[in-house]
Amino acid sequence: MNKKPDYLAHAVLLLGMLLFIFPIWVTFAGATQSAGAINRGDISLLPNLSHLGIFVRAFSFGSGLTGSAPVWHMLLVSFGMAMTIAVGKIVISALSAFAIAFFRFPFRMAAFWLIFITLMLPIVVRIIPTYSVMSDLHLINTFPGLTLPLIASATATLLFRQIYLAVPDELVEAAKLDGAGPMRFFWDVLLPVSRANVAALFVIEFVYGWNQYLWPLLITTKGNMDTVVFGIVQMITGDQLIPWNLVMATTILALLPPVIVVVAMQRWFVAGLTEVDK
Amino acid sequence: MERRTLFNSRLLPAVLVAPQLAITFIFFLLPAGGAFYQSTQSTDAFGLNTVFVGLRNFASLVTSPQYHEALVRTAVFCVIVTNLSMAGGLVFASFANRSIHGRFLYRILLIWPYAIAPALTSVIFVFLFQPQIGLITNLLAGFGINFNYATNSNQALALVVLIAAWKQVSYNFIFYLAALQSVPRSIIEAATLDGARSFHRFRTMIWPMLMPTTLFLVVTNLVYSAFDTFDVIYALTGGGPGTATDVLVVKVYRDGVINLDLGGSAAQSVLLMAGIVGLIIMQFRITTRRST
Amino acid sequence: MKRRTLIASVPASMVVAASARAAAPTSITLWHAMGGALGQTLQASVDKFNASQGNYRVNATYKGTYSDLLTASIAAWRGGKAPSIAQVFDVGTADMMSAGRAVVDVYKLSKMTGLAIDPATYIPAVRGYYSLNDGKMAAAPFNSSTALMWLNEDAFEKAGLDPKVPLSTWNDVIKAARAIKAKNAAEIPVMTSWPTWIHFEQFAAIHNVEYATLNDGFGGANPTLKLNTAPFVKQLDTLLSMQKEELFSYEGRDGKPSPIFYAGKAAITFDSSSIFGQLKKSAQFKFASAYLPYHESIIKSPINSIIGGAAFWAMTAPGRGDDEYEGVASFFKFISQPENDASWAEHTGYVPVTLAGNELIRKQGFYAQNPGSDLAVMQLTRTTPTPLSRGIRLGGMPEIRTIVEEEWERAIQNGTTASQALANAQQRGQVVIDRFAQAVKA
Repeated sequence: MNKKPDYLAHAVLLLGMLLFIFPIWVTFAGATQSAGAINRGDISLLPNLSHLGIFVRAFSFGSGLTGSAPVWHMLLVSFGMAMTIAVGKIVISALSAFAIAFFRFPFRMAAFWLIFITLMLPIVVRIIPTYSVMSDLHLINTFPGLTLPLIASATATLLFRQIYLAVPDELVEAAKLDGAGPMRFFWDVLLPVSRANVAALFVIEFVYGWNQYLWPLLITTKGNMDTVVFGIVQMITGDQLIPWNLVMATTILALLPPVIVVVAMQRWFVAGLTEVDK
Repeated sequence: MERRTLFNSRLLPAVLVAPQLAITFIFFLLPAGGAFYQSTQSTDAFGLNTVFVGLRNFASLVTSPQYHEALVRTAVFCVIVTNLSMAGGLVFASFANRSIHGRFLYRILLIWPYAIAPALTSVIFVFLFQPQIGLITNLLAGFGINFNYATNSNQALALVVLIAAWKQVSYNFIFYLAALQSVPRSIIEAATLDGARSFHRFRTMIWPMLMPTTLFLVVTNLVYSAFDTFDVIYALTGGGPGTATDVLVVKVYRDGVINLDLGGSAAQSVLLMAGIVGLIIMQFRITTRRST
Repeated sequence: MKRRTLIASVPASMVVAASARAAAPTSITLWHAMGGALGQTLQASVDKFNASQGNYRVNATYKGTYSDLLTASIAAWRGGKAPSIAQVFDVGTADMMSAGRAVVDVYKLSKMTGLAIDPATYIPAVRGYYSLNDGKMAAAPFNSSTALMWLNEDAFEKAGLDPKVPLSTWNDVIKAARAIKAKNAAEIPVMTSWPTWIHFEQFAAIHNVEYATLNDGFGGANPTLKLNTAPFVKQLDTLLSMQKEELFSYEGRDGKPSPIFYAGKAAITFDSSSIFGQLKKSAQFKFASAYLPYHESIIKSPINSIIGGAAFWAMTAPGRGDDEYEGVASFFKFISQPENDASWAEHTGYVPVTLAGNELIRKQGFYAQNPGSDLAVMQLTRTTPTPLSRGIRLGGMPEIRTIVEEEWERAIQNGTTASQALANAQQRGQVVIDRFAQAVKA
């Protein structure tokens, strides 16, 4: 096994690494330069370390539009949205998978298929009628409007159902003998066995929630419900002079939370993703 | 597959599925039904006059050259993006699966882009390619190449393809790496011996073992490139210049939300639904075959 | 508040509103699309109105771009929650005029509330744009601008040109552009923002050319587009040839190209008169504005240009009481007072919309202190509007604008001729108009 280093592998992987890091590096370096220099087309690859304060200043930066919230507020909305969606999806999927796997009730399969159908209805294919439903329910520009419709999840339900079906019958019978009710069983047995999957799902859904663009675009008509992803795209469209350095700094701030979650929980995430999506 | 041991209750399971079903009904089924209904109506933006027009909205789509172009454009876009991002994922995964120093670091550095929002991917590429300030634009200008995705359709299409593929490489990397890790070590070692024949060995020994993963990824990548690239494209070009990047999902948004052609947009929605149902049936065929 | 409008029947809510008047002012919602400094200036006007009386209180909310705002207003109306006042952009005018019971035309509002809003107060080019075919006003004009040619005088000097020598015709522009290119005095000799608005809509007005039949759409919902005619072919052909010669550079749609001129990279641009404020704030070079150039072969002496920008529309909602409409009418009246109109124009770079406001600005010496700032009004008022220079009113107009831009962009790409591009635009645009006509008739 002790051969000379695999130069080819290192070269290819380094190249791949650069391919992904380079654009982010430019964004980071650009953020620390003066808006004027960037506007002249002089983005240097060397960050100006004395300008790191820009990342603090970016927090209070609005998209330069009245009525639009500052970046710290956008980050909060994004965080609230991502957390609500991630936790919400896990809770309602685990509960409905539990019902479908461990009970017999009328229209059980119908319920299963209804949930399954959501896979075939991404937002883009029902965009206008969803907007009317949201508006009828007065959910436009509200936090529930931003999050509720994204909480249904066929993939998570299917995953939990799969895990629950694999729980040995003996375990269920033992729990029953101990006099444990269904909810007690759910808490004490099912949740612990699916802990790794819950962690993986959390990562996937947090990233999904944080990264939404089309839904906020449709459902928030400006102001205090702007998410940071939506806010940044707004900053670079329009006919005003763009404060590029602040936009770049905001972009870095917006990238950090999901990247941290993915990197920190990498082990569960990688194992989980290949389970969830298949 | 069914469980043998069950709990007895009728009310509890109903309560447990209720939240999911309520959301599914209100935000998925109702609007989908609405799309079907709306697609047979002609209506002004305010909904003051609504007339039943049967299949006329569909007929005008089928006969519209713009719709045909968008359809072909979408197909080309999907095929290129799928190929590029899968090839990237496979190459990086096969090298990251070799037993080299620092492979865990390499893995993390190839996985993290999964976390970047598609819309922000476009923003980041704007910093590189924006016609006035972009770093790479200015570099290209030094070679006498005028790069402007705001006015040049080929460049715009190439750029959205690049961004959409870039964004998806890490996803494919994760799946291919997982698949490679389940290939017996001895086969991998044999196939990665240095030499001119290593590619040949890879093709004949490992590639067939990756087939189920590849088939699965083809479908998910097609779904991704057809339906989930709205953010990437809309944030960068809004469908332009001309109609150069006007793929189906951008068109349905533009026609419905911006141009307020509710009937026509609903008809497009119905056709898109048919498309995704087809893809998902394909996906289930493949996954059930894989797990048996 | 939400509860009340939902639960209470209409008369009951009116009683509540009436009895509340003594205690609290009636609330009027206003949705606008004025971002940045413009939004602050609008808020200042609103604050002034609120302070000027105690019966009504206008609550202004920023709702994003014009197009977001129109979509949001329409959706809100369908949900019974339309704002009392919506700011709708010029190209949304036909959509609003066909909105029937969703809106209250200004002349009806006058009749209803007894607060007369006299059309004669307004500059004819402004009045005409927002009037029905019989001359009755439908919307209350607010932020109006027109298109001008903007010059980077530094670049002119670098090219050895005297920026004070007027470039009246397109031939003059081409000659100057050649000199600029020869001396490499600017990266881009000539560029434009708002391609369709300026080079087709404004172009049609100042050349007295028909854009669509039925008086450019004022006379009915189903006009025929006239884009594929000699004058438009001439105009697009001029621009395409300039592009080939690298005298002109197409830089994108709407206002997106504007920052290129702000950054000093172009010698000549075509843009809204309202970029004056932005240039004054940020330009690192001497700039000036000029009338839009014309083709001598089409018209000997160009006539008035048309406005762009937006106007305020009064919208309906279930249970909206008379007092709210009174509030809307008095706000409309307030913003058309000469001092308010003048102050808005001076702060923003938009043109005054009333004759008295324009006079006041002149008297205050603003035009004298800011040379060129009266050019927009002068271009708008240099002749009496003809049936072809009142404005262009087509259903689905935002989409038609985009179609023209798309075909223009394709012509640059593929080298298709101007007449082929315009034939495509004509055909595609007509589909939009026909669809609109079909949807609104019943």
